[in-house]
Amino acid sequence: MTRWRICTSLLVTSFVCALLAAHARAQVSFERLLNSGKEPQNWLTYSGDYSGRRFSTLDQVNAANAHALTAKWVYQTGATGKLETTPLVVDGILYATAQDDRAFALDARTGRPIWMYQHPLPNDIRPCCGHVNRGLAILGDKVFLGTLDAHVIALDSKTGNVIWDAVAAEYQKGYSFTVAPLAVKNLIVIGVSGGEYGVRGFIDAYDAATGARQWRFYTVPGPGEPGHETWEGDSWKIGGAPAWNTGAYDAVTNQIFWPTGNPSPSNRGEGRAGDNLYSNTLLSLNADTGKMNWYFQFTKHDEHDWDATQVPVMIDLGKPDSGGKHVIAQANRNGFFYVIDRTSGQLLSANAYGKTTWSDSRDSDGRPVAKKEASPTLEGHTVCPGALGTTNFMAPTYDPQTALFYVTARDQCDIFSTAPQPYEAGHAYYGSAYFPSEEAEPYRGFLKAIDPATGEIKRKFEHTSPTWSGLLSTKGGLVFTGDAEGNFIALDAASGKPLWHFQMGGAVYAAPIAFAVDGKEYIAIAAGSAIYAFGLP
Amino acid sequence: MYAFLLAPLAAGLLLLAATAAYAADDQNPLAHDPKAAKAGEYEFRINCALCHGLGAHGGGRGPDLTRAQKKHAHSDAELFQVISNGIPGTVMPANGTNGQGVGMTDDEIWQIITYIRSVEVKAPARPVGSAAHGKDLFYGDANCSLCHMVEGKGGRVGPELTGVGGSRTRDAIIDSVRNPSRRLAWGLTESTKEFPQEYETITVVTADGKQIKGVALNEDNFSVQMMDSSENIYLLEKDKLKSFQKSRESLMPVYPPEVLSDKDLDDIVAYLVSVGAK
Repeated sequence: MTRWRICTSLLVTSFVCALLAAHARAQVSFERLLNSGKEPQNWLTYSGDYSGRRFSTLDQVNAANAHALTAKWVYQTGATGKLETTPLVVDGILYATAQDDRAFALDARTGRPIWMYQHPLPNDIRPCCGHVNRGLAILGDKVFLGTLDAHVIALDSKTGNVIWDAVAAEYQKGYSFTVAPLAVKNLIVIGVSGGEYGVRGFIDAYDAATGARQWRFYTVPGPGEPGHETWEGDSWKIGGAPAWNTGAYDAVTNQIFWPTGNPSPSNRGEGRAGDNLYSNTLLSLNADTGKMNWYFQFTKHDEHDWDATQVPVMIDLGKPDSGGKHVIAQANRNGFFYVIDRTSGQLLSANAYGKTTWSDSRDSDGRPVAKKEASPTLEGHTVCPGALGTTNFMAPTYDPQTALFYVTARDQCDIFSTAPQPYEAGHAYYGSAYFPSEEAEPYRGFLKAIDPATGEIKRKFEHTSPTWSGLLSTKGGLVFTGDAEGNFIALDAASGKPLWHFQMGGAVYAAPIAFAVDGKEYIAIAAGSAIYAFGLP
Repeated sequence: MYAFLLAPLAAGLLLLAATAAYAADDQNPLAHDPKAAKAGEYEFRINCALCHGLGAHGGGRGPDLTRAQKKHAHSDAELFQVISNGIPGTVMPANGTNGQGVGMTDDEIWQIITYIRSVEVKAPARPVGSAAHGKDLFYGDANCSLCHMVEGKGGRVGPELTGVGGSRTRDAIIDSVRNPSRRLAWGLTESTKEFPQEYETITVVTADGKQIKGVALNEDNFSVQMMDSSENIYLLEKDKLKSFQKSRESLMPVYPPEVLSDKDLDDIVAYLVSVGAK
């Protein structure tokens, strides 16, 4: 018997029913996550839904009125460094994270805090690139946080109290979490960081209720496993292939799509001859078991730190009755935009969307293949894109209205130079150095709109300098981005022209979201040390 | 990884770490060890070369470490302290404070010091130029001070140069005079921004038809803050301008040898080095 029928049959007071209803809404079930499109007022996963599209069907704020957007509130986190978090919003409460593994809940209408949790971090953590965190997952009455000392923690969504705390790996060896986990069914799926420390990468799934680990997929296969032969000698033991950005989930086929990062050491291939599976790969894993269905490796035997950890985006191209395809697309750090059949893992297309010099040929699958001359040398030479890539962790967006894939991109070339170093557990293990190339053009930053059907760049907006901002598209015909100079910008999704901007006073390293409370739409983003929310007057 | 050096951030962090002094030996336990020097070369590439250049000859922002005379450290123990704790007030970060793990081990720092010692130019640098004559030229016939300030005296349109002799190599200074557009100087740095503003040349035509040419003090997608050669500051919104052009052709004139002889340039560099070494 449902709660509603209890209410009507027992004739209990409407007050009690209201309480029960509120309690029911507070629970974020898997069904709610699966059907997140039915509640566009909420932002329930890192990418807004399981497809990775970061598209909101809210349209109260639209191309006609975006010029009137105004700041509604600002929440100062008090943290320093890069704020990379994507907030979640559930029924009027905003949940987010900040540097050094703090998590907090805010009144989404006012920005006033409800609770704050600070994970006690040891002094000798091994982050790669700042003490960052990209956000939470939510399921049931808990939110889930991955920490820089490699814990997975469940917090009570009403109080921030710790419900369970699972240790995934030894942080002293370079393992850490920076990723926003993904809740699927009763599982919390999370990928590890540590590609700069010679970790053996993995993707874990934990029981959301108890914290018990249900499965682990090692992204570097062990002896006897397929793919193990792609590693020279014992190099697999310290092969890297972390999984530090959030994947997607296809409920129809029960597949989790999760991307992986660079092999270790990141810029030196000597000593790890072979393709180095499953580094720089898109993995299709069975959600229940973690067993691999298929894989597609973007950059084999990577020597340029081109993690393939960019968010993969599920897109349905064309109409199913006219040969439409269920694909998954990724704008890769190596400068190519890949479209893959998400049923088979077969590559459908790969087109450059930025300045690339590393590949001038394709293999039989159509995959760009690295030139020998692109390998780093002791003396160093210039390769494009540089080590930071054409894009990086910044979340892209796919707008089904324009049928365009929008991505933050940069043109920058670097000098890659090897610097052999021995492996030592817990110690940075790059095997290389890279430097901005003085001979190259000045660095340029863009928002590019790519047609996934053709790979063609339909339009672009050039920033003053490269930005690390993620993107959001909305049914209101808008694409939102931030810039390195602190502006939050709304662009017309169709024309790419800026319609509005607001100077937030701090560079953007996060991606925007849209939500609504009391029928009013808000757009939120993290910048500098704060979370900002904007709306119409 | 997606690492990059946030120089100003690192500079801020080093203040926090400055009190975490390392218990260093007075003597480098790896001194003169060729194997340690080789290992140090690679550690140097990974940790130091971004600023100090491959081969330690100095880069865009780090001084030439092959010079026997160093500004902030002379003995191996002092070098160890500088690498461990950074240099407050500069972009030289403390070891382990750039957001990438726990930094180098003591052994690795000693290896780097061994490497630096192995590439130092042992002979004293040949006396180059007359600082006194260089100062006369700087404030006189060479017109440097029309745009550049040293020790509180001079113009404002170009970069302030009091410290340049201590932080840039002689070759880099000479190159910036002979080829001022090859590498534009850095200006304002913002705390969380990846790149500093550069001394780009901006030319705008305002709504009332006035043309203004100057250097960028700062810029974003929608506004520009600039200074013209008369040191007037303009704060402009791009969408209100008739035209906006940005160029990496420096406003600084090129000084070829026929305009400024090699000897006179040596004298100016000698002056800047004498000030920068203070």
